[in-house]
Amino acid sequence: MIHIDNLSFGYRRGTLLFQNLHLSLSRGHIYGLLGKNGAGKSTLLKNMTGLAFPTAGTCTIDGADASKRSPEVLSNLFFLPEEIFVPSTTTAKFVSNTAIFYPKFNEEEFYQYLTEFEVPREAVMDKLSFGQQKKVMIAFGLATNTDLLVMDEPTNGLDIPSKVQFRKIIASALNEDRCVIISTHQVRDLDSLIDSLVVVHNREIVVNQEMDSIAEKLVFATLPTTDGYDVLYAEDSFQGQNVIMPNHEGVFSRVDMELFFNAIISDNQPLLQLLQKDKYENAI
Amino acid sequence: MEFRNNEAIYLQIASHVSENILLGKWLPEDKIPSVRELAVQLQVNPNTVMRTFEYLQNQEVIYNKRGIGFFVTPEGVEKVKHHRKERFLQQDLPEFFRNVFLLDISLDELQKRYEQFKTEHFTLK
Repeated sequence: MIHIDNLSFGYRRGTLLFQNLHLSLSRGHIYGLLGKNGAGKSTLLKNMTGLAFPTAGTCTIDGADASKRSPEVLSNLFFLPEEIFVPSTTTAKFVSNTAIFYPKFNEEEFYQYLTEFEVPREAVMDKLSFGQQKKVMIAFGLATNTDLLVMDEPTNGLDIPSKVQFRKIIASALNEDRCVIISTHQVRDLDSLIDSLVVVHNREIVVNQEMDSIAEKLVFATLPTTDGYDVLYAEDSFQGQNVIMPNHEGVFSRVDMELFFNAIISDNQPLLQLLQKDKYENAI
Repeated sequence: MEFRNNEAIYLQIASHVSENILLGKWLPEDKIPSVRELAVQLQVNPNTVMRTFEYLQNQEVIYNKRGIGFFVTPEGVEKVKHHRKERFLQQDLPEFFRNVFLLDISLDELQKRYEQFKTEHFTLK
């Protein structure tokens, strides 16, 4: 659905945030976008949604250039930024003013999501707390039924029961036409929900892989000592060492996303090379 | 449902579905929850549940009525028992035997405890 080809971007002349990026994302998946603060996650999402323009290269959505911001493309994508702005109106008013831009918007779904999130439907939006505002916008974004749904840190500000609701709603919203991209630092909030991981680091996309494929190549374990083991990456923990090892025997272990992320951003070359082997491009 | 770390989530969901079939919650020829319903309930990616259903279909525990949903096969209970038994014999029993051997537990003692366990748990009806 999304093809990024040779994309470079910088906010200022001479300092590039991305250089020659390539990335393909397809329908029917929930992508988790990870990166350190300042790595450019939000900027990448903005390039995808026509809110920032590449210095070089292109980002296309179903073949249409995202930076052209054509109404056909924009009416089929929803972007939820990390910091949201809500107007001083009721949710009902907001829907009647804004939903018209999204031909597949479903009002019934919107109010159903609000009920699930326990947000009062007659509320004046800017009088709500930050978390409540965010839930209104998540509900709105999902109810637009756009094929592309991009959310920047959606779980920030949500309380614990709302996170459960969020996972349930996202699980119900994915279908084979939809491509959902979620950037996050709270990997535990989403870890059984996302099926593919994209990591931005040092101006590049260093990982774009399905979770299943990562679990096939790597073992995540806790060992009393790393002596005698073929360990790619290790971190101390109170139970011993949390390690990542090559998966020679084809056993299954759940991907520990935090450990994995730390290994990636420490520029662990052996691990990166192992991941790149028979590189999985999920471009369809 | 709290997921364990050493088994793929789609297999853990398969166990969960199988368990409900063994417990008679879903009877042969009953419709089971849809991919979406189960994904929402367990808060997992629907693709993962899809994989579970493909796996259970291959094991002939459930079958797909196109456009209607997934149903427990007439022989679903036997199939689940069969697959579970295979798994128990291959995975759990060796570990059990290893402990029996290491801890020097006699077969007589095992037998006695097993009978006691059965009366405590399965005959009071």
